[in-house]
Parts: sequence; structure tokens; C-alpha cells
Amino acid sequence: MKIFLKNPLALSGLIIILTILILALVAPIIAPYDPNFIDINSILFPPSINHLMGTDGLGRDVFSRMLYGAQISLLVGFVAVGIATFIGVILGSLAGFYRGWVDSLIMRFVDIMLSIPTFFLILAVIAFLTPSIWNIMIVIGLTSWMGVTRLVRAEFFSLRQREYVLAAETMGSNHLSIIIKHLLPNSLTPIIVSSVLGIASAVLVESGLSFLGLGVQAPTASWGNILTDGKEYIQFAWWLSLFPGLAILITVLGYNLLGEGLRDILDPKNKI
Amino acid sequence: MKKNFLFFNFIFILSIFIISCSKDTSEVINYNEEYKNIFGGSLINAMAGEPSNLIAMIAGDSASSAIAGNIFNSLIKYDENLNYAPDLAESWAISNNQKTITFKLKKGLQWADGNPLTSADVLFTWKLITNPDTRTPYASDYQLVKKASAPDPLTFKITYETSYAPALDTWSSLHILPKHILKDEDINNTFFSRKPTGSSYYKLDDWISGQQVSLKANEKSVLGSPLIEKLISRIIPDTSSQFLELTADNIDVMNINPIQYQRVFPARKDLQQKVALYKELGNGYTYLGFNLKKPPFNDIRVRQALNYAIDKDEVIKGVLLGLGESISSPYKPGTRWNNPNLSPYPYNPSKALELLQEAGFKKNNDGILMKNGKPLKFEIITNQNKQREMTAVVIQKRLQEIGVDVSIRVIEWASFVNRFIKTGDFDVVVLGWSLSLDPDQYNIWHSSQQGPGQFNFLGYSNKNVDRLLELGRKELNVSKREEIYHKFSKYLLEDSPIIYLYAGYGLSAVHKRVKGIKNPAPPAGIYHNNYDWFLPKPLRRNEISAR
Amino acid sequence: MLIGISLVSFFIMHLAPGDVTSSEASFNPKASEESRQKLRELYNLDKPVIIQYGLWVKRIAQLDFGNSFASHQKPVLWERTDKSGNVTKGLIQESLPITLMINLLGICIIFSISIFLGTLSAVRQNTWVDRSITLFVFIGFAIPGFWLALLLMYWTGVSNQWLPISGLHSLGYQNLSNFDQFIDLLKHLILPVSISSLSGLAGISLYVRNGMLDILHQDFITTARSKGLKESKVVFIHALKNAILPLITIVGLSIPGLIGGSVIAESIFAIPGMGKLFYDSVLMRDFPVIMGILTIGSFLTLIGNLLADIGYAWADPRVRKGLVK
Repeated sequence: MKIFLKNPLALSGLIIILTILILALVAPIIAPYDPNFIDINSILFPPSINHLMGTDGLGRDVFSRMLYGAQISLLVGFVAVGIATFIGVILGSLAGFYRGWVDSLIMRFVDIMLSIPTFFLILAVIAFLTPSIWNIMIVIGLTSWMGVTRLVRAEFFSLRQREYVLAAETMGSNHLSIIIKHLLPNSLTPIIVSSVLGIASAVLVESGLSFLGLGVQAPTASWGNILTDGKEYIQFAWWLSLFPGLAILITVLGYNLLGEGLRDILDPKNKI
Repeated sequence: MKKNFLFFNFIFILSIFIISCSKDTSEVINYNEEYKNIFGGSLINAMAGEPSNLIAMIAGDSASSAIAGNIFNSLIKYDENLNYAPDLAESWAISNNQKTITFKLKKGLQWADGNPLTSADVLFTWKLITNPDTRTPYASDYQLVKKASAPDPLTFKITYETSYAPALDTWSSLHILPKHILKDEDINNTFFSRKPTGSSYYKLDDWISGQQVSLKANEKSVLGSPLIEKLISRIIPDTSSQFLELTADNIDVMNINPIQYQRVFPARKDLQQKVALYKELGNGYTYLGFNLKKPPFNDIRVRQALNYAIDKDEVIKGVLLGLGESISSPYKPGTRWNNPNLSPYPYNPSKALELLQEAGFKKNNDGILMKNGKPLKFEIITNQNKQREMTAVVIQKRLQEIGVDVSIRVIEWASFVNRFIKTGDFDVVVLGWSLSLDPDQYNIWHSSQQGPGQFNFLGYSNKNVDRLLELGRKELNVSKREEIYHKFSKYLLEDSPIIYLYAGYGLSAVHKRVKGIKNPAPPAGIYHNNYDWFLPKPLRRNEISAR
Repeated sequence: MLIGISLVSFFIMHLAPGDVTSSEASFNPKASEESRQKLRELYNLDKPVIIQYGLWVKRIAQLDFGNSFASHQKPVLWERTDKSGNVTKGLIQESLPITLMINLLGICIIFSISIFLGTLSAVRQNTWVDRSITLFVFIGFAIPGFWLALLLMYWTGVSNQWLPISGLHSLGYQNLSNFDQFIDLLKHLILPVSISSLSGLAGISLYVRNGMLDILHQDFITTARSKGLKESKVVFIHALKNAILPLITIVGLSIPGLIGGSVIAESIFAIPGMGKLFYDSVLMRDFPVIMGILTIGSFLTLIGNLLADIGYAWADPRVRKGLVK
């Protein structure tokens, strides 16, 4: 914790993420309105005491929608990155542990995936599969595991030669237990860092998909949705785009600061 | 330190907003003076998609037909009061047995390249559209013509198997194409689709792919000269960017949405000074349609109940901010085809519950309507259209109140058509139909039109309606026709295969430098006389000084 | 590698719901029946999958990407001339140069600013300069691009009328001199290029920073310092050169993004690039175009990677010597 205090950027990232996490969790308690409550007599009201962040084109309370939207945005980030990390760790472990043809096969696959523009891939798949929050999370996950794979593989490469690993192998431990007991725990740092950074990208991808109309389905609120609704009235109903825009900005920023901070903190080179 | 920096950034972003909200201080030009009409200038509009093909019978997208409409003529057209008027044809006569129509072309017609335009071109166009190799969705109307001939250069004669009431309407929408250019071309794949030669007020000047299409006055036009020299259509996919361009004075014409009309403009004095708003009854209506082959929607009581359960006024107020009308027949309110004795199902949730109970649904402990252990549950699908999406959301709310479990799915058009409409794999759709000028709706409602890809995808089938639709196609007597379609509308409303939601207004914003626009809009809409619009010299945009 | 890419593209096409041939985006039984027929011919859909794939690869190898399914039937890749000499330009031919231009400009800007910022924050490690730079580049990454784009369009285009809002050319630009046309184009490019650069700053500048930090702690720098060289010389000549070297590979890796362009920026700024083309084709199920873009894009990536490897070899004396041997 002390190290966190020494790194103000990481600390502020942590605080941001924790705050948003808490807000998302307590959304049902603190949200003043049902996020889908339509009131056609209060369409596009500016922020006031009644509606802290104003109302949208159907008279729904933006503040409540933002709180519930936080849940969606965080969920998309966590699940997508969870999938990517899962695939990445498995493939990376296989490649890094067995090397040889397994490695070259997996790395070729990584190279192929890296050379196809990712956003194109996501677009095509989502459009073909019809958008839903689950499809979005799965597709983002399935198209962003390459980085983790490379990291884990590289980490395994350097760890494999360590004495304790060689010792475990000669003692006849099976491969799985070597990977789980010895190799993975020691490669955790880069995995965590890249996951945290991955969540940041996933949140941005979700807002981009919303912009293209391929995002989370109505009436569910997500920050990307609210922002896309608001862009039409950026000169008039500024509250509709300012709040979701800032929320995305601050959240992604928080993840990035936290991720980079963790890298610094956990990096053995920086330990005095 | 870092907190300060974050704060600083926050302020920076806020300040962008504040600056952007501050008043525009450019000099004020008075647009309200009287000006004499004069030739010249460029009118710029914005469209979201690039036209794909300027041969309208092949294209089928709205951007293409909008541009092609300025380049090509039909034999006849609708005038501002929606009566038939001469276009290429000077007159037309219908034979006594009502099967033959003879068009007399105007004298001295010519194409933009100087070649004469004769009835041979018309005949050629008819042959083209009825040719089975031509990839057009519009062939069926013209295939009803048994015999077509061009006895002399000014006469075009067609004979139908049986009398066909929508005939004139079909000839008012068929663009006549030049035989001398197209006779050896493959119409499906020809340079002509991007480099057309027409006969109307404008001809193609320049087409920069993905950026703009510009037209200039066709000096060979036999209809006379338009007053605006150039029509430039810029392709701007994003509507918020379009609106920014409008407010920055870079485009003159765009379609706007209800919020811009009702909220943004009234709040912005500077915009009101330079942009005029026009409102006219649009050309389409939005409906909620049931998959009639699927239970429980095959039960008329369920359909009627849901009709009672939806508050159409709320939809119009909420989604359109009041800029729409509720309808009870598939025709434009105020026209003769619209049956004035019909009125929409009122909002009456208790009546709805009553009907649903009659149909066997009972509320369970959670307040959900159940029948035989299954909840009343369905999915509304609609395409990527903000208004339709919002409509679905409002409807969902109302239906949930009476205990119907509704979910929404918004899908882009291609999947929508392929996966759901063509396969019949849907419960309920929110979609739109156009309010056509001719009352014939055979394609949409006749029970024979249910094949995959045909328009009666809801599966509507009613013997009485079938008979009326067949009769209405043959009847040329207008008042008898009126009676037929009034009856048809009544059946349709009772059966409730669709719930009419609204007919929205078409909202346009036009820069005040454009003069000669009819206000209030005539029944045919403001664009109907765009060749009479003009740009007074002092108000024209300075073109060379590119910013 | 190429085979792998073509396999993935092929797989994506077969992801489309149901039969690929049921894909015509209109209520048009006849046109769709015909396009179905065409698709069958084009992709030999009546044959087993492996043979379909083989035949497709064979056509691609001859650079035959077919025509778009849209009603204009433009060729996918390159222009075609009909018998009377009318030229129809290819879709990729038209959009690729625009996308490349914007993204190459963007890359130049990203790299020059990033190298500067990265070096600065490495030299001033853990000071407020370092932290503000980190914060700045992260904000650039985190801000939703289309939101910032609209704000800037409003600010510079509507409120102040400094810059054009969208498009690539002003009205009547044909009447301008070549130089003025160039200036006009640049003005139109300022906003799109800066928006797309902003999001790329974070990655590269941090990369430079961390690379610099590693190098500044290495022996040869210490030696240089102990020889009494000026600090600025140490940093800019000795360290920077070594820190920039790996960036060459990064350029190679960033090619997919470069080719892909940005769908969102292109829609907002009304720029007819590859991203917009791809998005439209996906929405219209225009399979020849989708496949063409994926294949060409991946192919260019390969070339880019190859060039990066060569560039790296040329710049790195160790590898260069290895090559000579």
C-alpha cells in the first residue's frame, strides 16, 4: 500500500476505479428513478435538483441511466477481458511450455489475428451475429487475446530455465501442476497489467460500437448508448453527451493509470 | 499536483462547452427582404448515403432516386395538389373499355446530348423494365401491359389485359431512358448508371466518389430552365455532422428531426435568423405488425387487446414531440382514399385486459399474463432507426404495465430482412410503409403475396380484403374506387394485423437565402417545385473563397 | 501466413447467418435470386468447402476480386474499362489512398510527438513533468473519439469558423490553384488527423519513455556520462538512437490499424476511406468487398511487417553485420 502512496497516478487510478465500482454496485439503492421510466412531459430537461444530470429524449433520468450504465460498461470490460485473458493464458502457456511445433503453430495464429484489423473483425462478426451484450463481450474477448498470449509465452520462456522449475520437472511433477504452481504465479504481473489495460480498451470499443448502432440493445442503458443519443444534440442538450463522455474518459483513464502504476509497482527493477 | 492537472483538464473541456455555447457574433444579413427571381447560384444539400446507381429502376435506394429525379422525366407527374399533370407527355387518353392508354408526347423533346426524345425511347424503356434479365424490383406493374407500341414518334400506346386502375401512377414513376445510348448496354452493369444522360431540369456535372454529386442546369431541358444553376449533394453519413454543417452555413437544405425542430431551433435565435423550417405531412407511417401465423397473434382478440393497450398519443408526443398524426387507414389523412369515419383504437388498458382474459390469459402472482402455463411474452424487432427504437421502448413500457413481457431487439437492415422477415422468424415488428398516392395495396395485403421476399410477410389473409383489392385494381371510376378502399380500410382496422402508430411530419430546414419555396407546403410537399426556387445574388455563398 | 489470413477471412464470410447466398439486403425476390446465382458461381458454393476455398484462393492469386453486389457493381479492387472507353474505378482503388494518406500523416505526427514526450518524461522521470505527460497521453487515449471530434468540429467549425467541418474539399476547390488545393486539403485533414493521432500517443510515448529509462540505466550511457559528455548530448544522441530503434517494428505492427483506418472518424468527418467502405459493405452484406478489404488489408500488413524488418536490419548495426556475414 505504501508503494501505492508513492505513485500518485496509480493511486488516483485505483481511487477512480473503486469509486465507479461502488457506484455501479449501489446503483439500485442510490438511483433516484427507474432508469427506464419514461416521462413524456419532461423530455430533455437540463440538469436540476430533480434530475441531477438532466433527462433524455424520452424524459428518462440521465443520472439514473448513468449509474445503471456503469454496471453495463464495467460488465462488458470485465467479461471481455476475462475471456481474452483466459484464452491468452492457455495458449500462451502451451506455447511457452512446450515450444517446438506447438509454439510455432500458436504464434502463427497470433500473427494472423494481429494482421487483420481488429475493429473490422469485431464489426463484421457483430453485424452478422446481431448485437446483444453477450455477443459484444464474447467478440471483444475473442479478438483481443493475442497480447496476453505473447506476454505469457515470453514470461514462460524466461521462467522455464529457472532452477526451481527444472527441479520440479526432474522430480516428476506433471506438466499441468508445474504450469499452475510454478510458472503462472510468477507471470502474474504482466497478466494483471495487461488485463487492466484491456478493460480500458473494451470500454472504448463498446462506446464505438454504440456509435455505429451495434452496441447494447435498447432500452438497456450503457454509457456508449447515452453518449450516442447525446451526440445529435451536442449544441443544445449538452448534458446528454457531457456526462457519459466524461464518465468514459475518467473510467478509461483510471484503468490506464492503475495498469501503468501496477506495472511500475510490481516491476522488480523498481524495487529498491 | 496531479489533482490540479486533472482539474485543469476538466476545466479545459468545460471551457470548450462554454465557448461553444456562446453567441455567434457574425454580422446579421437580412434574409427577409423581397428579392426578384434570378438564375444562378448553387444549392447545397446533405445526404447520408452515396447514390449507388442513377438508373432508378435498378437502384432502389432513396439517395439515388432523389438525384435521378432531377435528371430524368416520366411521361406524367403529380402536380402540387397531387393531380396528374403533363411531364414528357402533353396529354393522355383512356379508351372506353378502360384498357388502353394513349400518351401524346410534347413536340421537340430532346435529351441533354441534343438527340431527339421520341416515343421510341418510351417503348425502349418499357421493354427494358419488363425484360426478365433486368434486375429491377418494379417490373410486375409494367408486365401487366399486354401490348405497347409507338405508332409515331409522338404517340405511345399501351393496352392492358384487364383494366388496371393504378396504371397512370405507375407511368408517373417510370423514368424514361435514352434508347440511343443504352440499346447495346447491359442495363445491370453500365457506365450510364454513373454518367447518365437525361432530359429534365438538371444534368450531371461532377461526381466525386464518396464526397459529392453535383448537377447543373440542363440548357436543353424542354421544361424550361430551373433558376438555381447548380445542385450539389454532399455525402455526410453522420447526421450530427450534417447539422453542424447546417449551423455553420455550409449546407442549405437538410431533413431534421423533431427535437431539432421543436427544441433546438426555438432556443437558438441566430439559427432562426438564417434558417427557415418547413413541416409537411410525410410520405410514410409507422406501424407495429404481428406475425399472424404465430400464436397468440393469430387470435384477433389478442391483436385488438394490444391495440387498446398502446397509447398512440403518448408515442406521438414522446417520440415525435407531437410532430405527427395518428391514422386509422393506410392513406394520407386528408386525401380522398382516407376513410374519415374510422378512428384509431383509443388507449384503454382495462378493455385490453378484458379482451385478453376472453382469449384465455390470466394474470399470475407476478402480474404476468399467462395462458396454459405460458406467459404472454414476445420480442419486438426493428431496424436501426432511432425513432422506431424509441417507439418500441415506449410501447414496451405500456405493455409491461398490463402484464405483457416484451423485449426489444434492434437489428441492422440486412440481418433484419434476411434473418427475420424472409424466414418469418419473428413475433412483432415495428416498421414503416409509405403512404402511396395510388390506393392500391395489393402487394402488401393480398393473401397471394406471402412468398419469401414478398411484401405480405405478416401473413395477412382475409377473403373480403382479397376481393376488394382485386376489385380496386380494376375500377377506374374514382368514387367507386373510393368506396372500395374505404371498405378495405375498415376491414384492416377491425382485423388489426398491424397497429397504426403514427404518420410523422417531414421536417426540413432550408437556409433563408433560398427563395421561392411555397409555405405552407402544398400537398405534394415543398420540394415539388424546386425548379422554381432561386438564390438572390446578394445572398449567395461566396464559392471561390474556400475556407 | 497468407494462407492463414485467407482462411480466417473465409471463415468470417461463412459466419453470416444461414447460407451466404441468402444475403441480399432488399425485399427483392428477383434480384436476390440472381445475386444468389452469382454468388454460387463466384464462390462455387455447390462444391465442398475445401474446393470452394481452393478456387477462391486461385482467383485471389490472380487478383480477381470480382464486382460489388451493390447495384453499381463497381469492381472491388481496380478500375475496369468497358468497350466504349468508360472507366469505372475500383472501390479499394478509390478509398485506400485516402485512408493511407490520413493514417500516414497520423503516424508521422504520433511518432514525432511521442518521441518528444517520451524522452522528456524519461529524462524527468517521476517529476511533475513526467506525470503530466503521462496523464495527458492517457486522457488522449481515454476520451471517446467521436465525442471529442464533434466538440472540436463545433468549436473550430461553427463557433469560430477556423476550419472546415467535414469532407475533404471545399466547394469549388476545382477552381483553386494546385497550391491552394493542397492547403484546402490540409485544412480539411487537421481535425481528423489530430483526433486519430491523439488516441495513439499513449502507447508510443510510454514505449519510448520506458525504452529510454532502460537505456539510460545501461553501462554505455554511464560511460558516456563519465567521459564528461554533455547530458543533452548523452540523451539525444546516444540514448535516443537506441530507444527509437524498436519503434520501427511497432510501425509494422500498427499497419492493420492503419489500413483499417477508423470507421468512426470517417463517418463523423465524411471521409470516404476504407473504414467507411468496410462498414457499409458489412451492412449491405457485400461479400466481395468485405473479402477484398480483409485480404488486401492483411496483405499490406504483411508487406508492412516485411519492410519494418528490413528497416530494422538496416538501422541496427548488429543485425546489419550479421547480414553481411
